[in-house]
Amino acid sequence: MSLTGSTRRFSPLVPQENAGQFFSSGHTNNWAVLVCTSRFWFNYRHVANTLSVYRSVKRLGIPDSHIVLMLADDMACNHRNPKPATVFSHKNMELNVYGDDVEVDYRGYEVTVENFLRVLTGRLPPSTPRSKRLLSDDRSNILIYLTGHGGNGFLKFQDSEEISNVELADAFEQMWQKRRYNELLFIIDTCQGASMYERFYSPNLMALASSQVGEDSLSHQPDLAIGVHLMDRYTFYLLEFLEDIHPSSKANMNDLFKVCPKSQCVSTPGHRTDLFLRDPGSALITDFFGSVRKVEITMETINLTEPIHSFR
Amino acid sequence: MGLLSDPNRRRALISLLTRLNAPICVVCYMAGVAWFMGLAFEPFTLRTYMSENAMGSTMVEERFPAGERALGTGREFSAHKKKAGGMPVDWLVKTMQSRGLEVFTQRFSRRLPFPDEDKERYMVKGTNVYGILRAPRAPRTEALVLSAPCSPGDDNNQAVGVLLGLAQYFRNQVFWAKDIIFLVNEHDLIGMQAWLEGYHHTNTTGMDWSPLQGRGGSIQAALSLELSSDVVTSLDLVLEGLNGQLPNLDLANLFYAFCQKIGVLCTTQGKLQRNDWDSVSGYSHAVQTMMLMVMKQASGRPWGDHGLFLRYHIEAATIKGINSFRQYKTDATTIGRLLEGMYRKLNNLLERLHQSYFFYLMPSLSHFVSIGYYMPAFGLLALILLLRVSFQPRLLTTYLLTDGVPGVLSVLTPLVISHLTGVALYTLPIHFQEIAVEHFPVSETEAVVLTAIAVYTAGLALPHNTHRLLTGRGTENGWKVLKLVAVLYLAVLLGCTALINFSLGFILALTLVPVAAFVTPDVPKALSAFIMVILSPACTLLFSVFLFQELQEMPVSFLDGWMLYLSVISQGILDHALYGSLVYPLVALLVYPCWLLFWNILFWK
Repeated sequence: MSLTGSTRRFSPLVPQENAGQFFSSGHTNNWAVLVCTSRFWFNYRHVANTLSVYRSVKRLGIPDSHIVLMLADDMACNHRNPKPATVFSHKNMELNVYGDDVEVDYRGYEVTVENFLRVLTGRLPPSTPRSKRLLSDDRSNILIYLTGHGGNGFLKFQDSEEISNVELADAFEQMWQKRRYNELLFIIDTCQGASMYERFYSPNLMALASSQVGEDSLSHQPDLAIGVHLMDRYTFYLLEFLEDIHPSSKANMNDLFKVCPKSQCVSTPGHRTDLFLRDPGSALITDFFGSVRKVEITMETINLTEPIHSFR
Repeated sequence: MGLLSDPNRRRALISLLTRLNAPICVVCYMAGVAWFMGLAFEPFTLRTYMSENAMGSTMVEERFPAGERALGTGREFSAHKKKAGGMPVDWLVKTMQSRGLEVFTQRFSRRLPFPDEDKERYMVKGTNVYGILRAPRAPRTEALVLSAPCSPGDDNNQAVGVLLGLAQYFRNQVFWAKDIIFLVNEHDLIGMQAWLEGYHHTNTTGMDWSPLQGRGGSIQAALSLELSSDVVTSLDLVLEGLNGQLPNLDLANLFYAFCQKIGVLCTTQGKLQRNDWDSVSGYSHAVQTMMLMVMKQASGRPWGDHGLFLRYHIEAATIKGINSFRQYKTDATTIGRLLEGMYRKLNNLLERLHQSYFFYLMPSLSHFVSIGYYMPAFGLLALILLLRVSFQPRLLTTYLLTDGVPGVLSVLTPLVISHLTGVALYTLPIHFQEIAVEHFPVSETEAVVLTAIAVYTAGLALPHNTHRLLTGRGTENGWKVLKLVAVLYLAVLLGCTALINFSLGFILALTLVPVAAFVTPDVPKALSAFIMVILSPACTLLFSVFLFQELQEMPVSFLDGWMLYLSVISQGILDHALYGSLVYPLVALLVYPCWLLFWNILFWK
């Protein structure tokens, strides 16, 4: 069983009374926009963070065509990487999150504030290929994950520019006005991350951050062979949490809010749910991290006149 | 109204300065000296810290295993060195090639202006051998250098052994992002100068060398290793380079960080740091360490093979292994691991080291004083000169208007004659060595040094001024103008020197500023002449030699000290000819004439 390929499991036939749950959230497709904004070898952990979330999201069912992955630097092929073509998230190299089928949509210097906002709002030049577009509609649930170096009210892109929390809030409002999302989950793992969701004002947004204003998000563990910190604490525990989630899991957002308490993270993770119209307890993890599989339940028996050969 | 814009207050201020000029000068001088001494007091210093983000906190587990094999290689090197009677070029080339490096050699030759008695060489011919470890996946745009000198006799064999051992270990790793150049240079500094000139395609010192066949990209950092024993008790870091230039403090921080991580005893100036800064002996230890650094920096000579890299904006330092009488010994494997760790950190660099200070003083390896803190010590001394100038308003124009051309001439003549004497001091010693050797029973080196001293002393006796020969009218006060000019000249000279080489500027200021401030024709001549000679640059150098030996806990007798002094002068002249050190021309062409001007003023009447 490959670590990164999606595992096909057939949902067992559930009683009719539980069928309603499948359509309770109101979304019909899932998208993910995963962004790592730092470059340079010593920011290895930000790329590892993003790739960990990418891996979880793919494993839970979102296909590459619905993921926009933006990595500001190439750690796997960096000259300083003692294990070329790998990016590890655990020390002792247990888990290679780079895998062998990663699809990076925006790479290197293409990861800029302008490109990020254009992806969100859909204002891309006509020549942009499909893989670089966020083709969401009003029934899409979008997961947006940002990581890098940040401060009070801004996130640094590429060591030379910043995106402010006001710009981000306005971008989300544009998305709402253009009906580009049904519900949006925003996760940010940077220093003072909570400042980035302070200014949101559009409906149906839920946000999580790894630290409050005035706090630094800390990195998790250094690897003594590679010589860098492999992950940030918040995303490390988030990954651990997500490894236990499978496509039919019933875990909800309240469990996600409990990830990485202060004792493990040192910083205080925060969340914001006042703009979210549903109760967070009724929003499943798989509503954002997984992909909807529409299941039609039929109560009548269908008689097949001829045997059907299944082609595998 | 403001203090300076109100004419009444301004007049009051000026009169205050005029009345209390001498006491204020004395207070400034003592404050300057006290500030300088206070720099070594630990609460006034800062702890060193790593400023470069790319070199972060130390995290790699060093795995160099082959210390014993490296020592074996060193013994082989020593045997071949004895057999070849110099650098065993063929053996080195073969050994480096067998380790997978791209090996090249460079021949160089140089005739010294006069024989170097300390190192016993005159006509120098040699070969440098270097091997380049190409980075497995990176473009060849940047390089790091590890060098070990090929010294005569039994010195530095282990250094070459460790260098070759590291080369073999590094070759097996895939994570190098820069080329690493392993260099074994012959004739220490001369060979290093030839290699650097060849690498950067410059020829500033007139040496003859063959062009380099292989190159590695722009060098980001370099370390020179000196190791002459199988085990060491401590590692000493040498930072001072040519003309008092220092590498970026981050390099020292890197070394210290690894010393702490691996647990090796590390020193700077050969002195171990102490924890009892609040006791008198602890403080004096810190002062001694700082004074050693100041004196080494003031001498302007490179104190290790790394000293010549700094001119090319390559941060470099020398690591010396010291084997003294301590219980805890460090073996070659640990030294290899320390170097491995340092090179892995340097490998992570994205740009040249520039985040930390370039101008600093270190009272110990873990504390430093930056330029912002030590410059006021010099500023207070320079202030004295400005105070002496300040209360002579409109003197120059009055003088010129009343006395006219003869007045100007009587000031100009001493200037010209002093500078001509300076030029003589700069050029005569080397050019007249053949004549001197013919007429006197001395060697060439002694001839050069004694000629220099003779010219220096003769300069004191020359009649400098011609105002007695001229119309003799109104030139009685010419000395005031000359003093004004001389004090300004000294202020500019010392200021510029202190900016480039703070230690040299400060030491010169300590002795020359009192001279400049208080000499007039009216002070008692014999006593003042004696004091002036004591404070002249030559005597300052003599005292510095004795002080330097005291600080290193190797005090010398007067005769030995005198011989050491003569050799210091000859080394200074050689450094200038071989590597472009600026101390000798500075002293001969600028400082000495300036001092002569004050000598002139003393004997004006």
